Amino acid sequence: MFRKLALTALTAIALAGSPALAAGEGGHVENIRFSFDGPFGAYDQNQLQRGLQIYTEVCSACHGLRYVPIRTLSDEDGPGIPPDQVRAYIEQNFIEVWDEDLRDYRPATPNDNFPENDAAGAPDLSMMAKARAGFHGPYGLGINQFLFGMGGPEYITALLAGYNDHDEEVAGTFLYGNDIFPGGLISMAPPLFDGMVEFNDGHANDVHHMAEDVSAFLMWAAEPNLMARKRLGFTAVLLLMVLSTLLYLTNKRLWAPVKKAAKES
Amino acid sequence: MSGIPHDHYEPKSNAAKWLHRRLPVVGLLYDTLMIPTPKNLNWMWIWGIVLAFCLVMQIVTGVILVMHYTPHVDLAFASIEHIMRNVNGGWAIRYIHMNGASLFFIAVYLHIFRGLYYGSYKAPREVTWIIGMLIYLLMMATGFLGYVLPWGQMSFWGATVITGLFGAIPFVGEAIQTWLLGGPAVDNATLNRFLSLHFLLPFVIAGLVVVHIWAFHHTGNNNPTGVDVRKSSRKEAEADTLPFWPYFVIKDVFALAVVLVAFFAVVGFMPNFLGHPDNYIEANPMVTPAHIVPEWYYLPFYAILRAFDGEVWVVIWASWLTGGIVDAKFFGVIAMFGAIAVMALVPWLDTSSVRSGRYRPMFKWWFWLLAVDFMVLMWAGAMPAEGIYPYIALIGAAYWFAYFLVILPLLGIFEKPLPQPATIEEDFKEHYGKSGSNGDTAATPAE
Repeated sequence: MFRKLALTALTAIALAGSPALAAGEGGHVENIRFSFDGPFGAYDQNQLQRGLQIYTEVCSACHGLRYVPIRTLSDEDGPGIPPDQVRAYIEQNFIEVWDEDLRDYRPATPNDNFPENDAAGAPDLSMMAKARAGFHGPYGLGINQFLFGMGGPEYITALLAGYNDHDEEVAGTFLYGNDIFPGGLISMAPPLFDGMVEFNDGHANDVHHMAEDVSAFLMWAAEPNLMARKRLGFTAVLLLMVLSTLLYLTNKRLWAPVKKAAKES
Repeated sequence: MSGIPHDHYEPKSNAAKWLHRRLPVVGLLYDTLMIPTPKNLNWMWIWGIVLAFCLVMQIVTGVILVMHYTPHVDLAFASIEHIMRNVNGGWAIRYIHMNGASLFFIAVYLHIFRGLYYGSYKAPREVTWIIGMLIYLLMMATGFLGYVLPWGQMSFWGATVITGLFGAIPFVGEAIQTWLLGGPAVDNATLNRFLSLHFLLPFVIAGLVVVHIWAFHHTGNNNPTGVDVRKSSRKEAEADTLPFWPYFVIKDVFALAVVLVAFFAVVGFMPNFLGHPDNYIEANPMVTPAHIVPEWYYLPFYAILRAFDGEVWVVIWASWLTGGIVDAKFFGVIAMFGAIAVMALVPWLDTSSVRSGRYRPMFKWWFWLLAVDFMVLMWAGAMPAEGIYPYIALIGAAYWFAYFLVILPLLGIFEKPLPQPATIEEDFKEHYGKSGSNGDTAATPAE
């Protein structure tokens, strides 16, 4: 009875992943082995810093990061940029935020969030890596999400590198062909080109590498506490396993005389 | 309590006697904790403790979350991100609360199906069962209200669809819907009242839990054999039972710790697995998501709701009979609430005098088919309502009703039950006598 129901419960958990299936049908998204995958995964600071550079030089022209506090760029579990360099980053990039009291724009401080930017009607990127699912099914069973994660960063990478030649003009708007975007046409022009961003460390800067880097950065932006969360997971799981063992032994010892009496009588 | 002869609290010190004469609260706690409990309870009897833990966990984390949450359509979504990014440990509290709802429902479904298999709903435990069903309904309401609060896309559109169900009621539906929403559509007034009710209902649940526990403490626990504890003498009662403390407290807490290992693995390593990515997009009344899907724990009933579209013959028939008052939408709503209603009425639908499914050779098969049916409905509820899925949902819904309304009433007449053990003591001895101290792997007697 118990084993059967336990199996049922497991299936329930697996099934439950299936709502994500409904998040729009796009092209096939390949799994990428990101450094932050799996229970042991951690963000790669160099990759996050490259991603920030790509976001700043390319994406931020149209997209905002309105929910991300700038100070978190200094997080050890994040990009790990020292506070003085964060201030320099704000100055160099002329980052300004709207001040409700001044009723005007003023230079940002590290305690401000990144500015919002919907000038071009582009969506905010703060939670983009959690708001998209790259993996589905099979058959709505949620197994792929269980094995590979929800696939948000993979979806972003695939989309950025997924442009094709099937551009179309629809009702006066020029749309770009994209293998991944649902419907196959996206209003965002291909944002990345090979060699577009130069990295200080000379890291590869072809479209696919840049797409991966900026996806990793957006995953951090969406889930800045990922590493603390995994540490919590490990601590809780280990402590509870020790507690379970102790309680198992206590329980066994407690019941031993009762079971012995039942056996002997 | 429970009519089973057992020790009662005797105050010893003068202070204890003084208090006991004025308020016998220590005695109440003692009797509650020391209740004689059937020795032979198996591991399916642990979910009650898990559920009690969930309720406390959800209330504690929820009370903390509401300190930082802003119930306003322009600020709610941002306040959740504020909790996730700026509040110390806020992300942990929020992920625990979010996944805690799922643990709550996994536990409640296992608890309900345990009751269905072992006949825990049968006399004299009907009131316990009905209270339990009320708790389950309130849990569904609370879960739904809570899901709206982050004000993501699924929050908004889920609220629109679910409150729309009330709009399907003939004549008064629209007025009810407007009253529930506080306006013509899901808006700020809706969000405010949903927060208020989401805060209130858990305490109503807590009150009902006390009554639920009171009810089964009065009748005594059911057990895997369904055979009653002997009450004629103290000696016989003690041969069938053990006090709840320490035997079952330690056992249940051990099980809870194991369940929590899995729970914290989900919270730590895949906290968004059970959620929907669309809820990380702020609510936008102008953009409808491609598929609106409720949380996983509503899916079986959501599937039943959608199964009855305008092409199903019972729907056409009902519509014709009522002169169009019962349309497909309203029929679906009736079916969905009816699916829970038939489950609540199962004490009177099951005609068999044998409690435990262990001694019911035919019942067993139908029961496991119902468990499979529940999973199939859950799956069908998550799939788009097109192609073959509505047919699967319809077959699943038909079986759900057939089980409660046809199969259970008939089984009691046609089924020839297997012999049951005379006493719980006998069952316990048979279990441990054969296979030594390792009871977990022993064959269940007479199964």
